[in-house]
Amino acid sequence: MKPHLMMSALLAATPALAQTPVLTVYTYDSFVSEWGPGPAVKQAFEAECGCVLNLVSAGDGASLLGRIKLEGARSDADIVLGLDTGLVSDALETGLFMAHTIEADLDLPVEWNDPLFLPYDWGYFAFVGNRGAAQPANFRDLAASDLKIVIQDPRSSTPGLGLLMWVKSAYGEEAAAIWEGLADNIVTVTPGWSEAYGLFLEGEADLVLSYTTSPAYHLIAEEDDSKVALPFSEGHYMQIEVAGKLAATDQPELADQFLRFMISDAFQSIIPTTNWMYPAAIPDGGLPEGFSTLIQPEKAILAPIDQADALRDLALDEWLRVLSR
Amino acid sequence: MAARPLPLRRLTVTDTLGWTAVAFVLALILMPLAAVLWRAGGASLPAPADWAALHFTVLQSVLSALFSIALAVPVARALARRQFAGRGVMITLMGAPFILPVIVGVLGLLAVFGRSGVVNQALGWFGLPTLQIYGLHGVVLAHVFFNLPLATRLLLQGWQSIPAERFRLAASLGLGPRDVFRLLEWPMLRATLPGVAMVVFAICLGSFAVALTLGGGPRATTVELAIYQAFRFDFDLGRAAVLAVIQIVLVTLAAMVALRLSLLDGFGRGLDRTPRRWEAEIWRLRLLDLFVLGVAGLFLLVPLGAVIWRGLAGLDDLPPQVWRATCVSIGVALSSTAVTLGVALAMAYLGQRRQGVEVLGLLGIAASPLVIGIGLFLLINPIDDPARWAFVLTALVNAMAALPFALRVLAPALRDVERDFGHLADSLGMTGLARFRWLVFPRLRRPLGFAAGLSAALSMGDLGVIALFADPDRATLPLQILRLMGAYQMEAAAGAGLVLLTVSLGVFWLFDKGGRRDVDA
Amino acid sequence: MLTLDGVLIQQDAFVLRADFVLETGTVAAVIGPSGAGKSTLLNVISGFFAPVQGRVLWKGQDITDLPPAKRPVAVLFQDNNLFPHLTVAQNVGLGIRPDLRLTSEDHRHVGQALARVGLEGLDGRKPATLSGGQKGRVALARILVQRRPLILLDEPFAALGPALKVEMLDLVAELAAELGATLLMVSHDPQDARRIAPHVILVADGIAMPPQPTEALLNDPPPALAAYLGT
Repeated sequence: MKPHLMMSALLAATPALAQTPVLTVYTYDSFVSEWGPGPAVKQAFEAECGCVLNLVSAGDGASLLGRIKLEGARSDADIVLGLDTGLVSDALETGLFMAHTIEADLDLPVEWNDPLFLPYDWGYFAFVGNRGAAQPANFRDLAASDLKIVIQDPRSSTPGLGLLMWVKSAYGEEAAAIWEGLADNIVTVTPGWSEAYGLFLEGEADLVLSYTTSPAYHLIAEEDDSKVALPFSEGHYMQIEVAGKLAATDQPELADQFLRFMISDAFQSIIPTTNWMYPAAIPDGGLPEGFSTLIQPEKAILAPIDQADALRDLALDEWLRVLSR
Repeated sequence: MAARPLPLRRLTVTDTLGWTAVAFVLALILMPLAAVLWRAGGASLPAPADWAALHFTVLQSVLSALFSIALAVPVARALARRQFAGRGVMITLMGAPFILPVIVGVLGLLAVFGRSGVVNQALGWFGLPTLQIYGLHGVVLAHVFFNLPLATRLLLQGWQSIPAERFRLAASLGLGPRDVFRLLEWPMLRATLPGVAMVVFAICLGSFAVALTLGGGPRATTVELAIYQAFRFDFDLGRAAVLAVIQIVLVTLAAMVALRLSLLDGFGRGLDRTPRRWEAEIWRLRLLDLFVLGVAGLFLLVPLGAVIWRGLAGLDDLPPQVWRATCVSIGVALSSTAVTLGVALAMAYLGQRRQGVEVLGLLGIAASPLVIGIGLFLLINPIDDPARWAFVLTALVNAMAALPFALRVLAPALRDVERDFGHLADSLGMTGLARFRWLVFPRLRRPLGFAAGLSAALSMGDLGVIALFADPDRATLPLQILRLMGAYQMEAAAGAGLVLLTVSLGVFWLFDKGGRRDVDA
Repeated sequence: MLTLDGVLIQQDAFVLRADFVLETGTVAAVIGPSGAGKSTLLNVISGFFAPVQGRVLWKGQDITDLPPAKRPVAVLFQDNNLFPHLTVAQNVGLGIRPDLRLTSEDHRHVGQALARVGLEGLDGRKPATLSGGQKGRVALARILVQRRPLILLDEPFAALGPALKVEMLDLVAELAAELGATLLMVSHDPQDARRIAPHVILVADGIAMPPQPTEALLNDPPPALAAYLGT
């Protein structure tokens, strides 16, 4: 085919495409991966919206926000899905997001009424270990024990940052002392969750920082009930994953439609066994069976969003100072 | 015989190609860097913690380089002076750690040296105190594991550049092993070691996951992690770019020192030719070499065996996406190999008369992949959807990462060809394509095959910048491994790791073999 | 006619001047002590080394700035005169077209040249399978197809035995005569000169002397030559 013929064929094809609206959602890589919620979500939403759902991977959670900052108002994204509570205040400051119009009835252990960001799933951070092994009941017990733990670096990993906030929120001024006590328990600090979890499964540590929902994966996907999450008496720090609508979107109605879909049963029922988190609004069918065996923390901890940034910087300095010794 | 003749104005076409290649490399590295700085609105100073990271980075890189070459010398010497069944296979297999994705290799190492690894279990049975791998020594151990194969291979080529006649002369003069070392081997090592050490140093400088995972905590913060922090935690692009520049400056300085220390070396010769070594034919040295090869073999191959063992278990439930990713990765590897060879050849030509071109080739491993990725993103985003460029950019960035190794292999070989046959070709008017087809390509087949194999294998295992641009349908194998791990599927990830290892080694073997097929002396 | 017009060759401490004319069809030997600059002189004529002053002319045309392949010169080096990875026929064929795109006519020429040097039927062999003398002959066959009017030999046969060397030199002289070419050969054996070169260019003490009749010069050598010859 001659080049100009090809061009005209392409041009002829575009109007047909243009009639189908496209909703672009930036998210993290494990969401779009074949084992994440992405494929099922895309199929379910496209079935009801008469649009094309374009899920774009932008690396991991923190890179996601970085990408939005890099692109600014020129971004193609209509929605950003996958920021967590640690990043929300940062995201707010960009001024790139606009309020959504969704009235949601969420099943979160904490109050959530942020006008910009809408949660779609959540979980508790927890140490995960093997059934039958010693189970310290809190950070002090853990520090006093000779159990080995593997954690993630807060500078490169969201669970790592979650642990930092957990200790800081629970212990405040005493956080540094807790870290000093934990120093000899820490086998190593990995760049991300995968490496840490891999090391734990290889037997490099007795405990790994993960989520209370982690044992559900082993139970449901592998029929293996040997992994348990440890309830801590201080309560558990939460991770709430949210989505937000960008102010510069050219599909505001479609974006709202997606956010409504996001907290509907169709989306929420996909979450537990793909993202291995709690759905933000429990679907009519309830949670998958394995989830009932999970520990239920007595107290949920979450730093207020407006204080999270300051607390984070303080806690990181402390963490670096203590563990660099 | 008088004065050494100087080349007249020849090779103008290749000059142009050479400068084009240099411009290409510079553009690919410096433009993204500049884009990041421009977007940041200028540089910002590194934080105090960044200087500590720099200190640790240099320390671990120097130690890793020193230990790697210190161990590579006896291993390469043993391989250079012993002929035994399975030698070729051993050389190929020993190269495997170098091309392993970092996390796969680390898990293999931990299966041996980790808390519940083979070594500690054995120590436990005998009631001995256990080893602790996490810490600076663990980082160095892992870097030696990853880089000893490369160092050995480069040194082996150095050994094989000593003409067999010299050893014959040494034998006829009755020189003992000590004299042979002093008179023949040491001068070669003096010429080669700085370059090899510098390459290992440059690789370790950019280390991120190994250093952090095995470093045991924030003490082991490297510059690359500081860059991560600057970008993701503080969104301080200026600081990220400055740290990336510091990395590049460090590598460039190291390269210049190495260049000054090293003399011209003649690599690129075959690896199967083992000249007879009369002075080494004594039982004491035989035992020594057996011991050295045994220890090195165990050190490199047992963790590799662990990777294979873990992988076999995961092969059963390997999802189909892994095979698709394998195809994508092979495509990336082949494309990036073509780029690497083209750029390396053009630069090697230029490097014959412009010392320092090889230093430029190092930029690819010196530059922070995160910063380069962000920069490329900034450059492309205004024009087109970056995801559509994922394949091309991954291939290009991987090509840059393999460039120094290809240059290291090709430059000296090309120098030999031009030295031996340049005048003849000139007098016959063989220029441009004719010269390449009838002189350079046939003479360089062996080193080209080796360089192509190395580039392809490296590119297969390299995550590159794909994670930043990922297009869900065209994930590469290393990315797919990370995704599997991120989805709790550690076994399947191990299986995919084994697939990656097998395909990488296979690709390497094919290219290397292709380069050796009916080659005339 | 080869003219070296006020040529000054210089590299570091090494200096050589040449200012002479060599008539077309002359066979001349370049003789002189080691390190005097015999090879360098040939390199300047063949275009591998640039003089700092003066001009090199062929039949009155300035060729000082021409690249080696554009000069009317064919060269045999001390070694590496054949590409080991190419066949005998390909090595010869390069003398016709450096990209080896040979017509059937060209192939016929290659065959004829090989026959002329006594290597009929060896077209497909690789140099590694040939004897020293045969390799020399392949290079000479290439000189034949190159048809350049000026042939330079930089001791290509030094590694051959005395009888074989003489045989090769005789062949060179014959071929040069057939081609009507001018032949300039570096040698350190006065017997070579007596045998095929009526003229000698003495290179010594920083000067390449104009060609002189061989017999006269060798029978009554100037001091520099006498010292070199040991007479």
